[in-house]
Amino acid sequence: MSFFPLNKKNRRLLNAAGILLLVVLLTGANAFLDPFSMQIFKLCAINIILALSLNLLNGFTGLFSLGHAGFMSIGAFSCALLTMTADQKQMNFFLKPIEPFLAHITIPFLPALIIAGLIAAFFGFLIGAPVLRLRDDYLAIATLGFSEIIRVVFTNLQTITNGSLGLKGLPRFTTMWWAWGTAAFTVVFIVALIKSSYGRAFKAIRDNEIAAEAMGINVFNMKLLSFVLSAFFAGVGGALLAHHLTTIDPKQFMFLKTFDILLIVVLGGIGSISGSIISAIVVTILMEALRFLDGPLNFIVFQTTGVPGIRMVVFSILLMAVILFRQQGLMGRRELSWELFADIGLLPRRFGRRKGE
Amino acid sequence: MDLRIFFQHVANALSLGSLYALIAIGYSMVYGILRLINFAHGDIFMLGAYLAFYLVSSSLMPWWVAFIVAIALTCAFGIGLERVAYRPLRNSPKISIMISAIGASFLIENLAIVLFDARPKAFKVPDLFSSIVKFGKVQIVSVSFYIPVITFIVLGILLFIVNRTKTGMAMRAVSTDQDAAKLMAIDVNRTVSITFGIGSALAALGGIMWSLKYPQLLPLMGIMPGLKCFIAAVIGGIGSIGGAVLGGFLLGIIEIMTVAFLPDLTGYRDAFAFILLIIVLLVKPTGLLGKNQGEKV
Amino acid sequence: MKRIGSLVAATVAAVVLASCGGGAAKSNTVKIGVFEPLTGANGAGGADEAEGVKLANALYPTVTVGGKTYNIELVVADNKSDKVEAANAATMLAQQAKVNAVVGSWGSSLSMSGGPIFAEAKIPAVGASCTNPNVTKGNEYYFRVCFLDPFQGQVMATYAFKNVGAKKAAIVREVSNDYSVGLAKFFVDSFVKLTGDPNAIVAQADYNTGDQDFNAQLTNIMKAKPDVIFAPGNFTESALLIKQARQLGIKTPFLGGDTWDEQAFLDVGGKEVEGATFSTFFANDVPINGTSAVFLKEFRAKYNKEPAAVAALGFDAYLVILDSIKRANSVDPVKIRDEIAKTTNFEGAAGSITIDADRNAEKDAVIKIVKDGKFQYLTTVRP
Repeated sequence: MSFFPLNKKNRRLLNAAGILLLVVLLTGANAFLDPFSMQIFKLCAINIILALSLNLLNGFTGLFSLGHAGFMSIGAFSCALLTMTADQKQMNFFLKPIEPFLAHITIPFLPALIIAGLIAAFFGFLIGAPVLRLRDDYLAIATLGFSEIIRVVFTNLQTITNGSLGLKGLPRFTTMWWAWGTAAFTVVFIVALIKSSYGRAFKAIRDNEIAAEAMGINVFNMKLLSFVLSAFFAGVGGALLAHHLTTIDPKQFMFLKTFDILLIVVLGGIGSISGSIISAIVVTILMEALRFLDGPLNFIVFQTTGVPGIRMVVFSILLMAVILFRQQGLMGRRELSWELFADIGLLPRRFGRRKGE
Repeated sequence: MDLRIFFQHVANALSLGSLYALIAIGYSMVYGILRLINFAHGDIFMLGAYLAFYLVSSSLMPWWVAFIVAIALTCAFGIGLERVAYRPLRNSPKISIMISAIGASFLIENLAIVLFDARPKAFKVPDLFSSIVKFGKVQIVSVSFYIPVITFIVLGILLFIVNRTKTGMAMRAVSTDQDAAKLMAIDVNRTVSITFGIGSALAALGGIMWSLKYPQLLPLMGIMPGLKCFIAAVIGGIGSIGGAVLGGFLLGIIEIMTVAFLPDLTGYRDAFAFILLIIVLLVKPTGLLGKNQGEKV
Repeated sequence: MKRIGSLVAATVAAVVLASCGGGAAKSNTVKIGVFEPLTGANGAGGADEAEGVKLANALYPTVTVGGKTYNIELVVADNKSDKVEAANAATMLAQQAKVNAVVGSWGSSLSMSGGPIFAEAKIPAVGASCTNPNVTKGNEYYFRVCFLDPFQGQVMATYAFKNVGAKKAAIVREVSNDYSVGLAKFFVDSFVKLTGDPNAIVAQADYNTGDQDFNAQLTNIMKAKPDVIFAPGNFTESALLIKQARQLGIKTPFLGGDTWDEQAFLDVGGKEVEGATFSTFFANDVPINGTSAVFLKEFRAKYNKEPAAVAALGFDAYLVILDSIKRANSVDPVKIRDEIAKTTNFEGAAGSITIDADRNAEKDAVIKIVKDGKFQYLTTVRP
């Protein structure tokens, strides 16, 4: 029996097989999942994009930024305003009419999605340029501050975002294919980025900034690049979320939203792409599955009446438990890879490393 | 605007500023020692207020005893929090301890929602604090006087402790260089606990003062004040107690005066604090009274 | 590896457990979803509304259709005052629990989040207290048993102009609350029309949800010397707002909307909110009709406290659904929906309900005033 070493050519084959498997799974999901599960399934994909974009910044570049919700918000509103028809806009802006230049713009979903991401990236550039000079904790508070400024500004710009009333009746563009397709694209992009010299630069900055500078890496430019890319994907994620929920308002992008994504990233392992993916899926499902905790519980021996809010307490305890007892989260900095699968026997015996390799 | 309105605004600003200052001191102290943004500070503030509320409502003791007991209990809680959530991570990367702080903050908030119920509770304000004082045509509620007075008394006590006592010296040593302090036979754990205890007690005091002025308790009441007071501490120079007081007053004044002179922008009021923070961080990151701390390689 | 395994096992167990909760509807049960915020920022309002629904369910737990008696089961879904959660909760109700009808939600933005999901599943939803016109606009399956903000704004503007005799007004808005912003605008439109003076609004101030210090805004308003101040924000901030106004020496009367109709408003406001006047759906001291009297008696007996106005509306929403099931003589959601649309002069605890062509209710408004530390009924205003 011939032995398939895990060299480049065979890995390409395995990767292709993996993608094929994914497509089959998605088609199956589309056909067989009931609407409730489909709702959660789509949300999983969106959370993957959001978690990966945050992980790129926090996990791979070591920049503790808390501004994610702000970029999501920019992306969401941009995409919504670009894709809504003039009639929908008129219906929404019943308190104060929309700014004239926005009233008649209606473009299809894909360009709108990309433009929304670019607008978020642009703001990432504007915000990052001054703020990235700061050290860890100051950076956290400054980005948090910007996220809140964005929220307050959107709440007050009645003629552009419709203020606190928000937008509703957005077309439901985020189908399962869009959500998972974009997620897959994000994964591929981030994996490629991390493997490239840019990724190595990011990791070097994370490990020891001063040493990286001494090695000739333009630390500031790399930080800014990471920040801008993170903002781009956050914006895309926000836009997908907007067209999944079909209604958005500034209040849902409070900094608490950033904490939700942070929870996912921490649980999965800061610095692990596969960790973020697994964690996003698991946490999204758990959030719903644990809904029963808020209702009456039957422990056979005793019963409790519903105590709303227990679910969030459980998640908070989970976050603390992970950070105290298993800091590296699920995957630490390791990644799922074909080697790993081969080592633990998930691939047929003939695949894998030759002895002594 | 006429003089009366202007003075009213000034009175409001000073009153708010002194409240921010009181809470900012706690933040500053903890950061000075541990280099940690204690995200849970705002929630400890909330706990102090709720404990005081329950003790006062139980009518078991006069209100001033209830306040003291509430502060003591919150102090103990703060020390406990440090033991459980921050001490194990002292030698871990910065990001872990920050996440732990966020997690602790979340946990306390959600526990408060479950235990205390999300509905607002009315704080019973003793008459001493709710009487109205008039200065000509300018009216102020009496608690607005007590707050700056208490803030300055606390400031005085703290400066004495930090600069004139052994404990204070230990605190300054640990804040400068933790490892060197250990070599000088300073019990770092004990010093950190004491700092946390003082910080939490101050947060609780701040919470009680806040509730006397704004007598409405909600489980999430600590988030915004906590954030703003952290901003105040950073503006003044984090790690510096005097800086925290300065920052607090500055923030209060700017917040009120911007609304006073630009009434159309009242909806953006929260944003002013953050804009101010960004400006200070960009121009003088160590804050107005802060010292430049070089980074060791 | 072991840990991944246990995590996966835990997830599977959790999902299995959760799905055990849903299950197919028993053949002699009708399910009504309770779509409310029970936690989060709006937890108080949602809990109050849910209490009204639960009371109605306790009093009228069965319905007979075509000779068969069905048990009515409430399926509670907490939308956590969050839009994403609201969408999930709505999907859970529509697709997993497969309810026949829904009551809720407190908070128009949350209702709007669930709206498209209910419409897609062709399940009728009856809002009890959400007053934003956008909730029912364009959604064939959303109804409400309360009046709309345009009407409420007009009611208070008329009161300000005729009863208070105000010619100049100041507005204080909770700018991050769509209810407040909307109601303020409708008041302004009405007031300007009544006074015939385009500059009748002499001052406007905004604040954000969760703010506690309003001294600066109030000082500005003091300068403008209005005859009346309209502050349609949530009771949490409004109580403090009025308190601070009085502490600053502002004696101008304060007017507001239905969000002030909560006990906590009186608790926090104390003696300073004496004289505050607002429009609302319901009066506790004066039963409007027979159903009202029953509601008041049973609520006080069951919960040992005074009902909030939204509880009466939740009660009414349940009753309207029940009545529609009887009229449709069917438990099919689409038929229930059609009958809800035809509801005319239904005697609810909060007044007579007639559903109009836009799926909104024509209702009387009640004006209450704070007197001697209690809410007192002042007058009723017909549309």
